[in-house]
Amino acid sequence: MSNNVASHLLTDSGLDIPALEKALGQIHSHDTDYADLYFQSSQHESWVLEDGIIKEGSYNIERGVGVRAISGEKTGFAYSDEISEDALKKACNAARTIAPAGGKIAVAGFGEQAYPQRYQPDNPLLGMEEAEKVALLKAVDGYVRKQEPDINQVVVSLTGVYEEVLVAASDGTFATDIRPLVRLNCSVLMENGDRRERGASGAGGRHTYAFFQSDENGRPAFEQLADDALHMARVNMEAVASPAGTMPVVLGSGWPGVLLHEAVGHGLEGDFNRKGASTFSGKMGQRVAAKGVTIVDDGTLQDRRGSLSVDDEGTPTQRNVLIEDGILTGYMQDKMNARLMGVKPTGNGRRESFAHLPMPRMTNTFMMAGQYDPQDIIKTIDKGIYAPNFAGGQVDITSGKFVFSSAEAYLIENGKITAPVKGATLIGNGPEVMQKVSMIGNDVALDRGVGVCGKDGQSVPVGVGQPTLKVDELTVGGTA
Amino acid sequence: MQIDQQIAEIQNIVDDVLTMAKAKGATEAEASMSKVQGIAVSSRMKEVENVEFTNDGGLGISVYVGKHKGSASTADLSKAALALTVEKAIDIARYTSEDPCTGLADAALMATEFPDLELYHPQELDPEQAMKIAIEAETAALDYDERIVNSDGAGYNANQGIRVYGNTHGINAGYPSSRYSLSCMTIAAKDDDMQRDYAYTVSRRPDGLKSAHSVGQEAAENTVSRLGSRKINTANVPVLLDKDVASSLFGHYVSAISGGNLYRRSSFLLDKLGAQVFPGWLNIQELPHLKGGLASSSFDAEGVATKDLHVVENGKLSQYLYTTYSARKMGQTPTGHAGGIHNWIIGDTGHTDKALLEEMGTGLLVTELMGQGVSVVTGDYSRGAAGYWVENGVIQYPVHEVTIAGNLKDMFANIRAIGKDRDVRGGVQTGSVLIDNMKIAGS
Repeated sequence: MSNNVASHLLTDSGLDIPALEKALGQIHSHDTDYADLYFQSSQHESWVLEDGIIKEGSYNIERGVGVRAISGEKTGFAYSDEISEDALKKACNAARTIAPAGGKIAVAGFGEQAYPQRYQPDNPLLGMEEAEKVALLKAVDGYVRKQEPDINQVVVSLTGVYEEVLVAASDGTFATDIRPLVRLNCSVLMENGDRRERGASGAGGRHTYAFFQSDENGRPAFEQLADDALHMARVNMEAVASPAGTMPVVLGSGWPGVLLHEAVGHGLEGDFNRKGASTFSGKMGQRVAAKGVTIVDDGTLQDRRGSLSVDDEGTPTQRNVLIEDGILTGYMQDKMNARLMGVKPTGNGRRESFAHLPMPRMTNTFMMAGQYDPQDIIKTIDKGIYAPNFAGGQVDITSGKFVFSSAEAYLIENGKITAPVKGATLIGNGPEVMQKVSMIGNDVALDRGVGVCGKDGQSVPVGVGQPTLKVDELTVGGTA
Repeated sequence: MQIDQQIAEIQNIVDDVLTMAKAKGATEAEASMSKVQGIAVSSRMKEVENVEFTNDGGLGISVYVGKHKGSASTADLSKAALALTVEKAIDIARYTSEDPCTGLADAALMATEFPDLELYHPQELDPEQAMKIAIEAETAALDYDERIVNSDGAGYNANQGIRVYGNTHGINAGYPSSRYSLSCMTIAAKDDDMQRDYAYTVSRRPDGLKSAHSVGQEAAENTVSRLGSRKINTANVPVLLDKDVASSLFGHYVSAISGGNLYRRSSFLLDKLGAQVFPGWLNIQELPHLKGGLASSSFDAEGVATKDLHVVENGKLSQYLYTTYSARKMGQTPTGHAGGIHNWIIGDTGHTDKALLEEMGTGLLVTELMGQGVSVVTGDYSRGAAGYWVENGVIQYPVHEVTIAGNLKDMFANIRAIGKDRDVRGGVQTGSVLIDNMKIAGS
């Protein structure tokens, strides 16, 4: 065996390379085009501080293998939470029932491909002593209470994941990956008489926990995180009702990129386009956004939450330009949809775990910088909304309708940012809104590493980003 | 193996794990374990697309060492993994703080009776049969109307499983259950307009599902009727939440009266016990022992016995929902709501769906809600919506790309009527809900 991951996932369970070849051969004895085995083991921990004390701690272990057989557009899938030759055989027998007996394709010999590592193969759970994890939570709580002694509720949580995966496929793919992922969240509740408002923030990435203690603008990163949560609560304490109706909206840089994720990203996933179910189907090479709009999905960014060295099908990730200067140039693909559409996989085949089927998913999706100073963008608006922070969104990829909810927003009046307004849902149509992007800022930023994307009941970590953007018209769901 | 035997085996594992926890220094411990087997079969364009064999299980344990809590869980049920899981939980309890409110619920609250709630209706998991059903639904949809041009597929799911809970008070109870569902999603197009919609049916019994044909037809009907959707002007109008989406409104209410949000002072319904939240005619009952109910259970996730409750009486907030922990934080008694609610039946005003449209007169019938724009802290509500514009009780045309907004406090108080035809496909059973006045944001 070539590495530690293979030794943990295979050797320790009495499996070896010939056993994997045999399993894949067993599937290919039926009339299948492709088969893969996905071995995974993961450890997950979380620590929660509330009321100033460490209230909860939990630890979870998971381990298993998923077996997939593809025949044309059909997929057979089975999995087992036990890794053994017997369990593997059973899963292979179940998965191959998708196709009749009589194989036509031989299993290719495994070739291990070299690819760049996009993060360190560290185990965050072991990289810090328990006492120090607890101390980190208390440091965040202490910092918040020092800034705002009257604060009522402070909840801080720390989570870490260490995951080892191994993919072996009948096309000769053999890949392993070690994936750390950490996250720190802070949520505060402020009260004034009957008024209560919450503020929350989070950060993370494919790091160890030391990331949160590292220097950010001359102080530990967790202090910035706590400040962000406090800022949101303070702003919302003063917020007035948001206006309702269609108006110009300026979206802040960074996390508001969730707009692109919903309005554009999902609609450019290969499966929806192969099936002709997306509002972007059949539009390759056409103008789908205003000039100047360039949108990229890039799984190669160092240490980012949405990054992967190889995707869950063993394809190295890459930088995929989805829209270039307003023209649709690429979809995101997994192996199956790429094959059926006659294109190459793009490193976007992802799955929540061994117990889920892979499909085309985003990694880190963002818009490239434009030329405008963010201040100059605000100045162009007489009456509108400035929305620098969002809670989340949803899209109907067929009609293109998408929503996202602001968590912090302000009125723009006569070219100036004025009163904060309550969170409101913004709604639009992806392709239409992309045509209405009239100014793009020079301040592109990625989010702080908190994105979770859901599709078909499967969650995966993602990144989003964008510069400050002006959209000439969006519907703002306020009450005023 | 017989199901009773399987349950007994899992109960033995739970017993072993609890004994192990005690031996390693736990003062109290609780463990739950589940095993679910199933198939998920989908079709697309009348051909089989995916056949998935699902097999999920896991064990979770919480230990209390004095007043320090630690939790761990595993999907690997080997002896070695179970032992490691217990050790990890004990380890964690060394680092969590002393918390006077932590620990098991009082022994006196544990469930002692475990009636058969008719949740388990096994049927052989047959992918061939499942394929037939999915394809039949999709075929009915695709053949319904020439404007149905594409399909996102139909899916048939069947799951059968066991859930066991035990703790060191001595309770160790388990029961089997099953769940079957069929869904279909279609795409309709006319000129440049493309819309999708769906229909589904779910039941504890395989023969409790609506026919494949009717699910397919309903999906197609829903989808075709959305073609030609328009925006409407920004306005204040009455809103009728169709029963398909109305349960979400009571979902926000559940969240607002849940102990976890109360002790965190994170609910707009804090300190409102006994207050008039809904109109006087509105009652909500919780019936945990409903035979064959999708949210039925004789005990909650902490072993606490569940019982029938009047959650809302004459429109008044008559019951908060407590877990053991949130109850102790608030100086109350647990109500059997660890893990969620059990079959809420929302009272109605006897209106048929047609009568509700007439009662509304002119306004927006909402059949789809999008996004997460709801704050339980403040009650502020703003969500994306699609549906139909109604004038004088008659549907005029489909509407999309609008939001409906208000505050839950006002929305609850302004419920004018609730239909008698209930959606029974979830934990909240409600008819369509007519709300007097909401802000629609559109053009």
